[in-house]
Amino acid sequence: MAIDKFVTIQSPCVPVAIENVDTDQIIPARFLKATERKDFDINLFRDWRYDNNDQPIADFPLNNSKYSGSVLVSGKNFGSGSSREHAAWAIYDYGFRVVVSSFFADIFKGNALNNGLLPVQVTPVFLASIFAAIKNDSKAEVEVNLDNQTITLLATGEKESFEINSYKKECLQKGYDDIDYLISIKDKIEAYENK
Amino acid sequence: MGKTLFDKVWDAHVVDSIDGGPDVLYIDKHLIHEVTSPVAFLGLNSRGIKVLRPENTIATPDHNIPTINQDQPIQDVLSKMQVDKLTENTKKHGITLYGLNHPYQGVVHVVGPELGHTQPGMTIVCGDSHTATHGAFGSVAFGIGTSEVEMVLATQCIMQPKPKKMLINVTGKLGKGVTAKDLVLYIISKLTASGGTGYFIEYAGDAFTSLSMEGRMTVCNMSIECGARGGLIAPDQTTFDYVEGREFAPKGAEWDKKLEEWKKLYSDEDAVFDKEYTFDAADIEPQITYGTNPGMGMGITQVVADEQDITYKKALEYMKVEAGKPVLGTPVDYVFVGSCTNGRIEDLREFAKFVKGKQKADNVIVWIVPGSKQVEKQAIEEGIDKALAASGIEMRQPGCSACLAMNDDKVPAGKLAIATSNRNFEGRQGPGSRTMLASPLTAAAAALTGKVTDPRDFL
Repeated sequence: MAIDKFVTIQSPCVPVAIENVDTDQIIPARFLKATERKDFDINLFRDWRYDNNDQPIADFPLNNSKYSGSVLVSGKNFGSGSSREHAAWAIYDYGFRVVVSSFFADIFKGNALNNGLLPVQVTPVFLASIFAAIKNDSKAEVEVNLDNQTITLLATGEKESFEINSYKKECLQKGYDDIDYLISIKDKIEAYENK
Repeated sequence: MGKTLFDKVWDAHVVDSIDGGPDVLYIDKHLIHEVTSPVAFLGLNSRGIKVLRPENTIATPDHNIPTINQDQPIQDVLSKMQVDKLTENTKKHGITLYGLNHPYQGVVHVVGPELGHTQPGMTIVCGDSHTATHGAFGSVAFGIGTSEVEMVLATQCIMQPKPKKMLINVTGKLGKGVTAKDLVLYIISKLTASGGTGYFIEYAGDAFTSLSMEGRMTVCNMSIECGARGGLIAPDQTTFDYVEGREFAPKGAEWDKKLEEWKKLYSDEDAVFDKEYTFDAADIEPQITYGTNPGMGMGITQVVADEQDITYKKALEYMKVEAGKPVLGTPVDYVFVGSCTNGRIEDLREFAKFVKGKQKADNVIVWIVPGSKQVEKQAIEEGIDKALAASGIEMRQPGCSACLAMNDDKVPAGKLAIATSNRNFEGRQGPGSRTMLASPLTAAAAALTGKVTDPRDFL
């Protein structure tokens, strides 16, 4: 059950320039009723993306054709709230491979990594630069390089490095998941139980 | 150097450590519900593996279920399918299920402690961020995602980087009309919704040790609302008295042995925390939130702060509150008492005592939802349902109810609810709904007056 390998990305960005984007905004609870991982992307940002009559809200970035790409950029404390992995699934299945923010909630970050979605934490200054570049040109691209742990704003050449623990980095590079690893150390787990 | 309580419990459960990576943490107790488990079981099936230790997992449906007519089939097709899937998966894998109408069914974080599954010194996880509730017993308890639910089912372990440690010390006793809920809302308002991210909190000081176990659970439950993965309180006589005699608690010689171990669960004098806060209980009045995250809270007599930040302004606009003005006196449409935060017997007792002999305001719809079948049974035995009925208030059946708008209990668009639950996010209680979080006493005051009211006016 491997995850997709992460390859270096060069892409324009979709900006959701709000702070504290919680998991109920990413996908409201009423859309968590499936018993398989299917179609969660349809309801990504549901209540910001569609009005009460299920019509797209034109100025929400996901509905605005000038924005595209596999990089979602958002304000600090992204993914706060519930542990629903559906939030990471909805973002990934929509086509995003990277979320950039100046701060991530813990559980969301873990869920994202377990699904091959890379959370890239940048400084508030760098985040402001990305938003400014997108405002200037909606097609402004970033390059996200996991091997070097860098993100580059191509329009200005500004570059920052980001943190990721070496184990998770290798999982993303090679497409491994934690369950494969845990199953491989079953002897150690049983030894612990018998201690 | 001494160890913190958190270190003692965590370190005793480390099976393996990866250089530059996470610890492999052994899990003693795994709780599952219908929403975050089906995809994990699908994963097991496609890998062709069984649940390693089915006896260490307990299941109950709570998020999707209606809170009336529970003897009848669930009307919502998708909700029914998800609840049925939990039944099917637990049966197939030999996991204990407290299904709908089982005498032990209820909100998963109410069920675990009241049955004695939750014990000091354990590691406890659940695919639900409010798993931190169980930290009230001095256990390391936290919410996990579905991939991690699958890990626990498959191997009884998860992989976690060890969090940093924070100490929150609150000295003194809480004032009249000030509850555990006010205490934790106050802490979150000081730390903000992200101030605890990356940390595990230990709560210490008189303000916590003087609380009942129900109160301690309310505090630990909301640790995630300041971003912390969990929060815990050192077990003491109050803890031991609560656990002793419960159905799944240790008995006889096993109890004596466990008790000796549990008495060692405290932070050593010279233990070092990465961050410490100290607050004075005397500064805390009944709290209420005015924004769209739990960090946007204040004392109920205060005025809403004025900030220029765009996210902040958007939140006030959504909530229809004004900077520089109080929220006291704002008309209320719904009152919700329940959830894993405040759905325990003590919460229902406090609410019922407060409204006794008085009538509910005509403009308010009040939902009182016990956290479990056991709480419901006890409430009926104590006559709480009848007392509420005399005030024009109906007690419903157990479930997550209006906490998260996944079942039929939804607050309509534009309406304002005073809720004892844990989140005031946009649309949390239903698309377009507005939520102010508060204690059961503040909820009771609003139920009587039909507007945001300081409960101390009645005391």
